[in-house]
Amino acid sequence: MQRISASRRVFLIFNYVFLIGVGLLCLLPIIHILAVSLSSRGAATAGAVGLWPVDLTWSSYQYVLTKPQFLTSMGVTAQRVVLGTSLSMFLTLIIAYPLSKEARVFQLRTFYAWFFVFTTLFSGGLIPWYMTVRDTGLIDSIWALVIPGAVPVFNVILLLNFFRGLPKELEESCFMDGGSYWSSLWRIYAPLSLPAMATVTLFTIVGHWNSWFDGLILMNTPEKYPLSSYLQTVIVQENLNKISADQAAMLADVSNRTFKAAQIFVGSLPILLVYPFLQRFFVKGIVLGSVKE
Amino acid sequence: MLGRNFRRQWPLHLMIVPGIIIVLIYSYWPMIGIAMAFQKFEPFKGLFGSRWVGLDNFRFVFALPETGQIIWNTVYIAFMKIAAGLVVPITVALLLNEVRSELVKRGVQTLIYLPHFLSWVILGGIFIDILSPSTGIANQILGWFGVDPIFFLGSNSWFPYTLVATDTWKEFGFSTIVYLAALTAINPSLYEAAMIDGASRWKQTWHITLPGMLPIIILLSTLSLGNVLNAGFDQVFNLYSPMVYESGDILDTFIYRIGMQGMQYGVGTAVGLFKSVVSLLFIAVSYTLAYRFANYRIF
Repeated sequence: MQRISASRRVFLIFNYVFLIGVGLLCLLPIIHILAVSLSSRGAATAGAVGLWPVDLTWSSYQYVLTKPQFLTSMGVTAQRVVLGTSLSMFLTLIIAYPLSKEARVFQLRTFYAWFFVFTTLFSGGLIPWYMTVRDTGLIDSIWALVIPGAVPVFNVILLLNFFRGLPKELEESCFMDGGSYWSSLWRIYAPLSLPAMATVTLFTIVGHWNSWFDGLILMNTPEKYPLSSYLQTVIVQENLNKISADQAAMLADVSNRTFKAAQIFVGSLPILLVYPFLQRFFVKGIVLGSVKE
Repeated sequence: MLGRNFRRQWPLHLMIVPGIIIVLIYSYWPMIGIAMAFQKFEPFKGLFGSRWVGLDNFRFVFALPETGQIIWNTVYIAFMKIAAGLVVPITVALLLNEVRSELVKRGVQTLIYLPHFLSWVILGGIFIDILSPSTGIANQILGWFGVDPIFFLGSNSWFPYTLVATDTWKEFGFSTIVYLAALTAINPSLYEAAMIDGASRWKQTWHITLPGMLPIIILLSTLSLGNVLNAGFDQVFNLYSPMVYESGDILDTFIYRIGMQGMQYGVGTAVGLFKSVVSLLFIAVSYTLAYRFANYRIF
């Protein structure tokens, strides 16, 4: 064991305290919101809530979870997550595979690759994009939240870089047995890249859960809003005129602050739940995407 | 020869076709729609029926009194975010690298990149609550030290810095992981050699760790150049209000208000085109620099 000097010891203690403080700084706001959501209206308005609920009550959650609009939006989000993720993942695989071939094997590879990459460098902007979605008749349809963003170019690049790292001999043996490109993709590349695909799938799921702007502008009726768009209107925009009379009466019982806090917490709960289990995938995925040969 | 190649390669083309079609429609067709920037666009007349007005939309926008301020806000906020987004993660990664306890190291990492996965709708709601001048806990804590309540989200002198601080808070953990990954690639024998030569921990950090991180630092900082006009629509949209338009309105929020809410489609598209072109220039420069100095290639 090396001798530790006094100044080094002071530094180490400072360092531990500082880093743990920084870590807590990232978690405490969420705990504070949870505490507010579980506190009584009076305590919340008086600003008496810290990190622990005061006068514990579930009434905010009862209100949120019985609101028809909340449940409808949750359903829309579930639909977009399932449809969007499966479509995106399927497309990511079938695009990444041909692009991972060398130009010698697949002559137009470089052209196709730039065709996709260019869309990340330049875009028509919000309004022409909106007009295109409108002209293709997707407004107010669940597919508006799924199809326009179905080709995630960054995920394609991530996966194609992963594919390139796999030994070519495996595929050659598949061809030797009379297999096609198609069977090589599904029997060799897809199974071997499960960790990378798990990462990409999770990014896609989180992305769909979090997307709010597309729902806001592409859906004309609030009943078709996904949860994030709906939460944007109730937490951030405070659009009170959309609330019906009996809801308004119920709202009077629940303080606006605890009510909002409950919705914020419910909106972030799925991410908080999957996060600890899958964060190691994320780390792998980030390393995979950033540090490559 | 070509025929044989195509026979061999057609399944590969076929796999790419569905993606190409979607990208053609939803990414390339809107690029043609940029023509709206030179039209008095009316949705029911469409791109081919609307009246052409030359550069009138651009003249109109650049004659507006707030335009200069909006461009300045965008660049100012984006630049501060880029700077903070480099300094904070590098510092935290270096400090985390000094931690020997795996438990603390992993625990801190787990906590700091949690906010990255929450959307600005959720975080907007959280910050509106926390930073409220009346009931917010941030101002209560400041109150213990005798500081008067600060309206972080409603005062023009605070708003841009609140944006930078909250954005850094959300994203620094994610970049920290990337820097830490670069740190693990440094050959440990370098440290051993330095210790034998009697180099202090500080000297080791300065002469081994930092140079070891330098390639990735150069890479990420040059690539971030492409973001000079991306001040963060999601964040600003969820945190701003008319009170802070003066200091917090950025190009993207302006485009949304004038184009989508105000239905001045041509004008909105014109501002969008201005932003896309300038961004593309910066991206081209940043990729060239990244290629030159960090030998970076996209794929």
